[in-house]
Amino acid sequence: MTALLSILVLVFILVAIWQMIKIFDLTQGSIPEGTSQIANDKDNRINGYLMLGFLAFIYIITIICFVKFGDLPLLSNAASEHGPGVDRLMIISMIVIFFVQTVTQFLLHYFAYKYKGEKGRKALFYADNNKLEAIWTIIPVIVLAGLIIQGLFTWTNIMNVNKDNDPMVIELYAQQFNWKARYSGADNTLGKANVRLIDIDRANILGLDEADPNAQDDIITTELHLPVGKPVLFKMRSQDVLHSAYMPHFRAQMNCVPGMITQFGFTPTITTVEMRETPEMVDKVSNINKIRLEKSKSLVAKGEEGLERYDFDYLLLCNKICGKSHYNMQMKIVVETQEEYDAWLKTQKAFANSLN
Amino acid sequence: MSAHVEAHAHDDHGHHHKETFVTKYIFSQDHKMIAKQYLITGTIMGVIGVMMSLMMRMQIAWPEEPNVIFRALLGKWAPEGVMDADIYLALVTIHGTIMVFFVLTAGLSGTFSNLLIPLQIGARDMASGFLNMISYWLFFISSVIMVSSFFVEAGPAAAGWTIYPPLSALPMAQGGSGMGMTLWLVSMAIFIASSLLGSLNYVVTVINLRTKGMSMTRLPLTIWAFFITAVIGIISFPVLLSAALLLIMDRSFGTSFFLSDIFIQGEVLHYQGGSPVLYEHLFWFLGHPEVYIVLLPALGITSEIIATNSRKPIFGYRAMVASILAIAFLSTIVWGHHMFISGMNPFLGSVFTFTTLLIAIPSAVKAFNYITTLWKGNLQMNPAMLFSIGLVSTFITGGLTGIILGDSALDINVHDTYFVVAHFHLVMGISALYGMFAGIYHWFPKMFGRMLNKNLGYVHFWVTAVCAYGVFFPMHFIGMAGLPRRYYTNSNFPLFDDLANVNVVITVFALIGGAFQIVFLYNFFSSIFYGKKATQNPWRSNTLEWTTPVKHVHGNWPGEIPHVHRWAYDYSKPGHDEDFVSQIIPLKEGEEELQH
Repeated sequence: MTALLSILVLVFILVAIWQMIKIFDLTQGSIPEGTSQIANDKDNRINGYLMLGFLAFIYIITIICFVKFGDLPLLSNAASEHGPGVDRLMIISMIVIFFVQTVTQFLLHYFAYKYKGEKGRKALFYADNNKLEAIWTIIPVIVLAGLIIQGLFTWTNIMNVNKDNDPMVIELYAQQFNWKARYSGADNTLGKANVRLIDIDRANILGLDEADPNAQDDIITTELHLPVGKPVLFKMRSQDVLHSAYMPHFRAQMNCVPGMITQFGFTPTITTVEMRETPEMVDKVSNINKIRLEKSKSLVAKGEEGLERYDFDYLLLCNKICGKSHYNMQMKIVVETQEEYDAWLKTQKAFANSLN
Repeated sequence: MSAHVEAHAHDDHGHHHKETFVTKYIFSQDHKMIAKQYLITGTIMGVIGVMMSLMMRMQIAWPEEPNVIFRALLGKWAPEGVMDADIYLALVTIHGTIMVFFVLTAGLSGTFSNLLIPLQIGARDMASGFLNMISYWLFFISSVIMVSSFFVEAGPAAAGWTIYPPLSALPMAQGGSGMGMTLWLVSMAIFIASSLLGSLNYVVTVINLRTKGMSMTRLPLTIWAFFITAVIGIISFPVLLSAALLLIMDRSFGTSFFLSDIFIQGEVLHYQGGSPVLYEHLFWFLGHPEVYIVLLPALGITSEIIATNSRKPIFGYRAMVASILAIAFLSTIVWGHHMFISGMNPFLGSVFTFTTLLIAIPSAVKAFNYITTLWKGNLQMNPAMLFSIGLVSTFITGGLTGIILGDSALDINVHDTYFVVAHFHLVMGISALYGMFAGIYHWFPKMFGRMLNKNLGYVHFWVTAVCAYGVFFPMHFIGMAGLPRRYYTNSNFPLFDDLANVNVVITVFALIGGAFQIVFLYNFFSSIFYGKKATQNPWRSNTLEWTTPVKHVHGNWPGEIPHVHRWAYDYSKPGHDEDFVSQIIPLKEGEEELQH
């Protein structure tokens, strides 16, 4: 109903505009045929001022976005060791962008206002200036060189897995539409696996090689628990289509590709509990709960169930279109102390014992 | 080195043979009519594509609510008026495909390359009018097939416009990967054939049919842009065709080019040894140049319109040509930046970061040159000029965030989020659309002999400009908050609940902006019949198309083709009374042609 009403309102607005323009056209009867639809000095003036107004609009929307949504992003509170490096690079890039955007939009719209056409004035015949062009070729080259170098260092640092610090190997396994994690157990070696070995009847859901000794102590879980401060190396598999393991709080993402194993490593630095207590997160969560409370009220009024209170958890999201329920393919990540992690792991079943 | 092709024989022929309704309006071989056919087909596809995006926006803003529009337009895909998750992905897919290929490739290049190449270089018609006609009709057929895929049982293709296998290859993975995907692939194969025929024609025409005096360095920047666009198309579209053919083989003939080790719906499939990453390489080898196939013609159009309406020569003609060439070259070696996290070797990521960020240099040169062209001009604020300035504005805003996305380390966290959606919609979607609108407002008199209403044009521009920023600027921020794109609803993630309000604001802007395109459509279709009559050269422009009569003649010029004596940008040149000097006017005694 609201949609229908809004459409009606829009139609009326359009009709009103059309009528006003018709009237405007009728009042301009004296203009010679052929030039009436070409901008005259009045049009130039009005649109020139509107250009200034539009410049203000761009600045205002920029400011509003930064003030209102600037704290939404994950620009702060990266929960992995490499995260702050990424965020620093992001902030540097944002400053460059912000500066260039402000200056160039100013020049563009200000010139459009300043040099709006007037009858009888002649434009300056100015076709070339090699010096100027050299300047705005070289300045971007220098700025970009800086960004490229910084970017490449950051990227290499993230992607090159350092085998010396003995990362804990965990498999992330994707299927339509859920995630599984496989821990390698005491031997820190994942057992061999292939989707051809999947045996649903025996509950061998990830296709582990039952004869492989390394596979016996593997542990398959539906939640991802990580001990804080310990390097993790994720080996990723998919059994059906492309998925992408996106862990935004850790600044981590890698596609899961059927037929090959991809990898991504990081070290979590903030436990879930610590993260919940950071001032930014407290604000964010209380804000979200306020919104949820409002929504709950209207749901309850309609006779439906209200929403649960939200508490922060790290998440693994699927971020590559993978089919109908792509929008709900997630897994909870818990970062905890080594002791908590060990206690949790003990409650999970080893692969050898989980088979039917 | 200009070619001396004078099509006298053709010219005589043109006056004699009789035109029927069918040869004039349907199977026409005249480039001007074909341009109009492209434009109108592209406009219709544009309306369909935009309506899809509005439905998606309504779904994102009000996910659980029944909607009369969904019920009316989606039928069985929206039981009780609530959109189905499958059809959401189908809308995502077909919206992308239609806008990128059918509107901004065929609709933009097809219209303006066809209209302007012969007119601005001084040729009677395209090198092959027949191929040109075939090109249009193949485009028409592929459009019909693409739209008709909405009427098959299991729905249209729904794997995203990139149709990555295995999702697109396996009918059991998704409803849309059955008949819908087959139609998508067939439609695209025909589309590519159409596009290649068009591009070959454009290249041959520009190289061979320029009038006497029209050297390459005297070409208007529009023609340079169309020419290079056609070259990129010829280089990259065949690669997409090969990817589509291999995918068809995988789907229908049991090969394993892109598939390996798949277990789906309780069974192991026989595929062995292929790789989806190979498909990604093949796709993006077209996919990235495609961005420039869309954007370069818009930039070419803008160059011409900004110069004409500033009453000034375009600043740095040589640099503009050089930057088009540089962009074209770089565009073919940056495709990997779409694949930083695809699982390819991280070293390749470093290489593609390097080449990608280099593209910022020619882009910056272009932006600064546009701004300098405005400086000390005498700006005529016609609607075409407004859209051109708008293009420069969105090109800068959208292009700058490319610095973030092109940087592999930063891409990790914003890849496939709304940040990407905001970036590419501004830099190629909105910019190219503005270029197309600018072109329509500017060359409407040439196409239809009548003027578009300027006041409707002003309303159209200002509302569109405000709404475009209103939609895509806040979108960057929800992307940086980690919201993935292509989610049917975000309500399963309380983490994103605080973004719901922003999404409503974005949708409201989108609906207003979308609705105001009706102003344009009304202006366009009513002005074809009832617009004010145009004069021969309404914008007082230098280029050759304005030396042809208002009423179209077959062969473009009733007499001999005029010869060209100067470049296209002698606006406000000292020593001339008028503030424009047509390309056909010989240099005065002692007058120097600029060293350009």
